[in-house]
Amino acid sequence: MSSGDLLHVVTVDDISSGRRLLGRGLIWGSLALLVLVAMLQSQQVWGGVDHGFANWRPTLYAYLVFSICLCWAQVILRGEQGKRTLFVLPAALFVVSLTVFPLLFGLIIAFSNWNLSNPDGRQFNGLDNVWQMWADPFYWNALTNMVWYCLAILPEYVVAFGLALLLNAQIRARKFFRVAFLLPLMLSPVAVSWMIGKSMLVIQPAGPVIRLLKFVGVESPALFSTGWTAKAVIMAMDAWTFIPFMMIMILAGLQAIPKELQEAARVDGATGWKSFWEVTFPLMLPVTVTALLIRLIFKLKLADIIINVTSGGPGGATDSVTSFIFREYRDRSNVGYGTLLAMVYLVLIIIVMTVLMKFADKAVRPRT
Amino acid sequence: MTQIFHDAPADRNFRAKWFTGRLVIYGALILWAFICLFPIYWTLSTSFKAAADVMKGSMIPWVDFAPKWLGWKSLGLSPETLMQDSTVRDEFLRRFWNSTIIAGTSSVLATALGSMAAYGLSRFSYKFLWMKNQDISFFFLSQLILPPVVLALPFLVLYKELDLLDNHVGLIAIYTLSVLPIVIWIMKDQFESIPTELEEAAMVDGLSIWGAFLTIILPIALPGMVAALILSLVLTWNEYFFAALLTSTHANTLPVMVASQTGSQGISWWSMAALSFAAILPLIIIGVALERFIIKGMAAGAVK
Repeated sequence: MSSGDLLHVVTVDDISSGRRLLGRGLIWGSLALLVLVAMLQSQQVWGGVDHGFANWRPTLYAYLVFSICLCWAQVILRGEQGKRTLFVLPAALFVVSLTVFPLLFGLIIAFSNWNLSNPDGRQFNGLDNVWQMWADPFYWNALTNMVWYCLAILPEYVVAFGLALLLNAQIRARKFFRVAFLLPLMLSPVAVSWMIGKSMLVIQPAGPVIRLLKFVGVESPALFSTGWTAKAVIMAMDAWTFIPFMMIMILAGLQAIPKELQEAARVDGATGWKSFWEVTFPLMLPVTVTALLIRLIFKLKLADIIINVTSGGPGGATDSVTSFIFREYRDRSNVGYGTLLAMVYLVLIIIVMTVLMKFADKAVRPRT
Repeated sequence: MTQIFHDAPADRNFRAKWFTGRLVIYGALILWAFICLFPIYWTLSTSFKAAADVMKGSMIPWVDFAPKWLGWKSLGLSPETLMQDSTVRDEFLRRFWNSTIIAGTSSVLATALGSMAAYGLSRFSYKFLWMKNQDISFFFLSQLILPPVVLALPFLVLYKELDLLDNHVGLIAIYTLSVLPIVIWIMKDQFESIPTELEEAAMVDGLSIWGAFLTIILPIALPGMVAALILSLVLTWNEYFFAALLTSTHANTLPVMVASQTGSQGISWWSMAALSFAAILPLIIIGVALERFIIKGMAAGAVK
């Protein structure tokens, strides 16, 4: 929506000068309060003057007061127009204060030597963390693993598409199958890693999967002892939880295809396989792109299962970036270095996602 | 008298083909349903097994093994222990309550904030500084790609200074943030499908813009809101990463408790299974009862 409101409202707002003054006073007054409290607090921390603050909460409260006054003043200052702003402003303020501020703060941390167990506190160390990262084989290893994990989305997609086609076919007990297929998505990754990752895959003589593998003819099915099988198992467990997600999106896409199109294709002589490849699949392209991109976003956050099942092992073969940084903090409380790694990861993600979204745009736009 | 009308050979062939087709479809459906349901069944059955049964890998209760309340007893939730005092049960209930409070509050908050923002963005044109509607929407949605690990350590340090570590409010704030983009994504789609004439009529009748939003539009968009709320609940209930980093003893959620049960003398599978099952049970119930809302919510963004 680039020009004008969808909803036109004509209202007479005559805002008296007294009301205007009150609105401005609210904004500036609460801002002044915030600045004052923040200054007093920083004076205590860095200037050595004791005002008796135990923590930074007073600044937080002052910030909350400021936010409320800012929203309130919108209505006072701009009447009907302000009431519209009030729809978006709270969410925007909330997101800005919870992401932009920590991100800026994170940038400072990323370029410092800061170990929480070290009593000296934070010290700037310039680009030291960057050089350390450059020489850290485990971080690069984690990044390569992420590439493999992301490639695993393609087989997931194929399975999800197959399942969606099955659910879209003429079947009985459709509701039962839909619920059953959906359930893995509802389960917590932590519980999944215990239920499947430990009890079904590890209990040596008797785990169901172990027995199945023995039955098929695998000699000594120890799944987490070599890198590639461990990675494959992690991929499979993650796929198990998230295939329903893609399946539902694809199913929605399939149901949105007008029946006439497929009937027309049938009249023209396209059968089964051909009608799928030349009618259904091209029509599903936009949904495919959305589903893949969203799945990719979730995949990039992959950590819970790895932390709980293998904690990166054997030898870092299953590490994702997130689980690696998690351990970097848990084992070494190395906040500075961990934050830098996370920031580099974020930059990489933004680059990759931007490029992919450009390609996706091109792929989805109808050719003329 | 000879039969006049025969099925053509091609048609008889067709019936056989149709039949094998059915067989393949139902075979695949049942196979996948088994893959989806077996781990849940395995967890539930393991919680009733004794050590020997776990090691033997017995599958079917009353046939392979005699079910005992072992796992549930260790949680203090079996019939005999239910009436007695149990520290484990208190611990479990406290974690359960923490999870409920945190997931519930943050989902409601995210749904409220997100619905308002989505409604505003779908109806009016804004200009915050240099940002127009498109940019604001993109700003909200772009939060989705922000990996939690980027925010985790700055939040850790900030919360330490603000005394919000191991605190419900801190976790609620960060969970609300993490599900807000999804809510906005779903709700924008919902509101865009509602014609603006409805509000226009309401306002001609004298309602204010907020009045029209609350009394006319919200009830229409309610199914979408429920979908967004449930999706948020699922995501926040299961969240582990932030909970593991930002809480220690007081505000622990259920996933953290599940993850921390390594035990010193090996793993007691039956109690692990009972705990895991208790942790996933609420969502299984929600999933079975409200399945259509979840599907509706996830489908909302997929099809434009």
